[in-house]
Amino acid sequence: MRRRDFLKTAGIAAGASVLPFLRYLPAHAASREGTLVVVTGDGINSLDLHRKGTNRPSYQVTVNIYDRLVRFGVKTLPDGSLSYDSTKIEPEVAESWSISEDGMSLTFKISPKAKFWDGTQITAEDVKWSFDRAVSLGGFPGVQMKAGSMSDPSQFVAVDAMTFRIDLPHASKLALPDLAVPVPFIINSKVAKEHATEADPWATEYLHQTPAGSGPFKLTRWDPGQQFLYERNDAWELGPKPALERVIVREVPSAATRRALLEKGDADFYMDVPPKDAKELMEGGKLKVSGAPIDNCLHVLGLNVNFAPFDNKLVRQAIAYAVPYAEILQASAYGRGKPMFGGAEAEPSTAEWPQPFPYATDLEKAKSLLTEAGFPDGFETTLSYNLGLADWQEPTALLIQEALGKIGISVTLDKIPGANWRTAALVEKRLPMHLENFGGWLNYPDYYFFWAYQDGHLFNSSNYRNDEIEALVVETLHMDVADPKYDDNVKRMIAIAFDEVPRIPLYQPYLDAAMQPSVDGYVAWFHRQLGLLGISKVQA
Amino acid sequence: MRTKLAQVGRRLLQAVPSVIGIIVISFALTRALPGDPAVYFAGAMADEKSIAEVRVALGLDRSWIEQFFIYVGNLFSGNLGVSLNTGRPVLTELMTRLPASLELTFTGLGIAILIAVPLGVLAAVRPGSWIDHMCRVLVTAGVSLPTFFTGLFLIYLFYYLLGLAPSPLGRLDILFFPPEHVTGFYTLDSLIAGDGETFVAALKQIVLPALTLGLFALAPIARMTRAAMLNALASDFVRTARANGLSSATVLGTYAFRNAALPVLTTLGMVFSFLLGANVLVEKVFSWPGIGSFAIEALIASDYAAVQGFVLSMALLFVLVNLAIDTLLTLIDPRIGLDG
Amino acid sequence: MLRFAKHARYVLSENPVTAGAFLFFTLLILLAVFGPWIAPHDPLATNASNALQAPTWAHPFGTDHLGRDVFSRVIVATRLDLGIAVSAVALSFVIGSALGCSAGFWGGWTDRIVGRVSDTIMAFPLFVLAMGVVAALGNSVENIIYATAVINLPFYARVARNETSLRREAGFVLAARISGGSDARILATQVFPNILPPMMVQISLNMGWAILNAAGLSFIGLGVRPPAAEWGIMVAEGATYIVSGEWWLALFPGAALMLAVFCFNLMGDGLRDLVDPSRRT
Repeated sequence: MRRRDFLKTAGIAAGASVLPFLRYLPAHAASREGTLVVVTGDGINSLDLHRKGTNRPSYQVTVNIYDRLVRFGVKTLPDGSLSYDSTKIEPEVAESWSISEDGMSLTFKISPKAKFWDGTQITAEDVKWSFDRAVSLGGFPGVQMKAGSMSDPSQFVAVDAMTFRIDLPHASKLALPDLAVPVPFIINSKVAKEHATEADPWATEYLHQTPAGSGPFKLTRWDPGQQFLYERNDAWELGPKPALERVIVREVPSAATRRALLEKGDADFYMDVPPKDAKELMEGGKLKVSGAPIDNCLHVLGLNVNFAPFDNKLVRQAIAYAVPYAEILQASAYGRGKPMFGGAEAEPSTAEWPQPFPYATDLEKAKSLLTEAGFPDGFETTLSYNLGLADWQEPTALLIQEALGKIGISVTLDKIPGANWRTAALVEKRLPMHLENFGGWLNYPDYYFFWAYQDGHLFNSSNYRNDEIEALVVETLHMDVADPKYDDNVKRMIAIAFDEVPRIPLYQPYLDAAMQPSVDGYVAWFHRQLGLLGISKVQA
Repeated sequence: MRTKLAQVGRRLLQAVPSVIGIIVISFALTRALPGDPAVYFAGAMADEKSIAEVRVALGLDRSWIEQFFIYVGNLFSGNLGVSLNTGRPVLTELMTRLPASLELTFTGLGIAILIAVPLGVLAAVRPGSWIDHMCRVLVTAGVSLPTFFTGLFLIYLFYYLLGLAPSPLGRLDILFFPPEHVTGFYTLDSLIAGDGETFVAALKQIVLPALTLGLFALAPIARMTRAAMLNALASDFVRTARANGLSSATVLGTYAFRNAALPVLTTLGMVFSFLLGANVLVEKVFSWPGIGSFAIEALIASDYAAVQGFVLSMALLFVLVNLAIDTLLTLIDPRIGLDG
Repeated sequence: MLRFAKHARYVLSENPVTAGAFLFFTLLILLAVFGPWIAPHDPLATNASNALQAPTWAHPFGTDHLGRDVFSRVIVATRLDLGIAVSAVALSFVIGSALGCSAGFWGGWTDRIVGRVSDTIMAFPLFVLAMGVVAALGNSVENIIYATAVINLPFYARVARNETSLRREAGFVLAARISGGSDARILATQVFPNILPPMMVQISLNMGWAILNAAGLSFIGLGVRPPAAEWGIMVAEGATYIVSGEWWLALFPGAALMLAVFCFNLMGDGLRDLVDPSRRT
């Protein structure tokens, strides 16, 4: 693309005056007000989250360039950093909504201020088309919609141009929050339909490279494998106007280089900072590090009950007593994790999740439990971990290997490339002992148990099955948190998890982002992507 | 001339079985990659049903043989498939990335020649002297360094500590836009466009990765230069020239070096394809958007089409380069007569 | 034999660099054999409270992110690295020279097939081929060895083929044939010993390559399994710590790696002078 053409299409108003600035001030790019330079380790591979094969980093694009009916609010944490608020749901495209008495239908009023980039009004038809698309294309979007009890296009009704209704098979507390996750984003259906074909009725090929949305930012350039560029949508009125004019996201595969770029002032923002760098940058004091424990997320050691002797509860407990929690927190998380060990209660007194499990490193106890289980001399096993997450998993695995050696369990380490990890660990569930890091987008303990403790579910990599948990999860998943039975049910689930430990929690990880002191307003989101709304950059 | 054409033709024919072998091996190798791309691309929370849907969509539910013939058929129509990883046609990916890799390789090779050839000549003029030993140690050290280690070290030194080099972020600094596409080589294109600023920016970016790559290529070039020069210096015509009282500079430059150039040129072909392979690691270290870094990503993600496309294009490039060098040799070597 | 020894002494004394390389090679062998007894610390013992310590007298090369002693790990890694290199090179030497000898000796279709197969392998970017093999078979020491062996195979096949075809019609081969030796016998007793010297050069150069190759694989995450100490993986891990100032993690194993490869390369050069007296100037 020619430079001038690019500027034209990019819609930079003051093209001529911007041009020299863009070209001749590279060294100071990062110090430019209104332009944020972001470095990231993983590239995006699509601008359409619904498309098959869209990778996780690509969710960022959807988050920033599309709108949803509702969004989560933002709260300030005790340390002054900002985080999304899972308890607060705010209007976005929907200016208001109502929930029927029986909780089985949600009706949304669409805001007249909600306009697509081409200036046309967002209508209930657009919402319906987009939601139909989310449940029809299969793959991950369908599954996520299903978590909110939405799976069939007939559930979505365009009552009139500005009114949209969702009919649910049963009342569920997950339905409304599930509309605020990245998946149910609203597409300009008129534009999309123009590019739909018989073979591709949902215009996946078109939207893959050409977004058609309404969000606060537009994506104006994408060089796969290198960078992409956001420009502000000045017409956006569904919230406080974004402060950033332009955001450049560059892919830098090496974490060391990303850190160097930030320290040298060539980049403004760096997300998913490895714990060690986060700790040191924080101590260095020249940069701002914002981090908070990720809601509903645990780094765990999974023990697969399909493999002897992990079918033996005593063996699992023995291992839970042998894990060197403090060392792991120190050497692999560099303190950027919330301890999940040494809990005082064997039975949880609150429904808080996650909460510390009643285990702490105690090799004597581990040894005696192992003897009681009939393995006084230990056994041999394999501990697998994901190469893509080696920055914390490798040191963790090494420490566990050494500690288990002390109680006679001889462990072989097996690192599995990121691409094969899902197949091995989650789909085929064939790893006897492994490290796992599931985090639920929706912040409810029963949602975590649904994915990670229920039989056959994806993140239950331990093949765990407990009839009581099965029944409890089914009963609790859609139950309102105000229901008197809710707390008791959750406490019971946690008690079983404490006792049976198919998953041994190591710690609750932090999501760390490092930035120049001039960057303000960063919010830690449940989807672990960079949300640009609210971020500003002001020269001190 | 006909003989020469025939030679070139024979050379082309020789490459055909290799190309067929390459297609078969790359197909088999990619299918042997572990991991199920369907699972990988179905996304974070996909269930069995949605994985099966993805599998059908990607054509992975068919037999290997079926997939192979579909693949070969597509190849003949110039269709290399779509990269699962980036979601774009493999051919487009390769075409946009190949110039980056080639520019880096050529620059690296250029640097290597500029250093290695004089070193080789020096060593040959005084064989056995301390200069000879120094040269040998130096070039051997170059080939003994793991490229990724050299690359990281150079970044640390020149970017992080000294601040002399720009950020190791690919081909151009963040706010520059690539020059108009003519050759795909940013340095050349910016010169053609008469854009000095961009040229300097592109040049700055390429120096470190090219140096890393070049260090690796010193040894074969210097060695070959030394050996060829030694041979040439020991030959009769050089002795005659010397006996006739020509200055040693003339003897070296005109007589010896010209004759030594042929074997050096042959070596360059080898070295070039060798560097194309070594590129992979250098590109990863310097975030260079070439085909090498593309291949690593693809391999890790079991991205069949992309790996096949990469291997195929590299192999074809190899054949082409050697063909070009052979042709060049045939044309300039006076010993191979023009009309045979 | 005496002449060869004399020549060796001449080459070594003329070429102090080669002599140094041979000396260092001996040291490497000693480290590989006795490494675990020499190392002052357990190379696998972690000590989280003593992590990332800069070099001191107790830990001359410092400690890594888990508090393991880098010095001990560098020493112990010698065995694994040389092991990988020796096995890979031995494998490709045996198979490559067998293929090459048959191709050179019998010619015809054998020659054509072996030639095409080597061409095909060589047309691949070799490192990428190794990546592919390890990615396909899974990363273990054996698979790294196989991958390295595969990419080196064609070189041996070529050298063996050329040397054999040069000697096929040599007097001593013809003599053996007239006296009724079978082809296999002639190959093994007459031809093969004569092509060994040029192969030795290739072996020495390839040892260096093999180590570099394994290190490169480790760098992109396809290397040896932890917690085994291996130079390449130590450099790769250490590389991420350079920017944060913990230079010793990458530097020492990197230096060991470089010195070893360096030594093999110089030795290869020296061997070339030894076996090819015509190069002697």
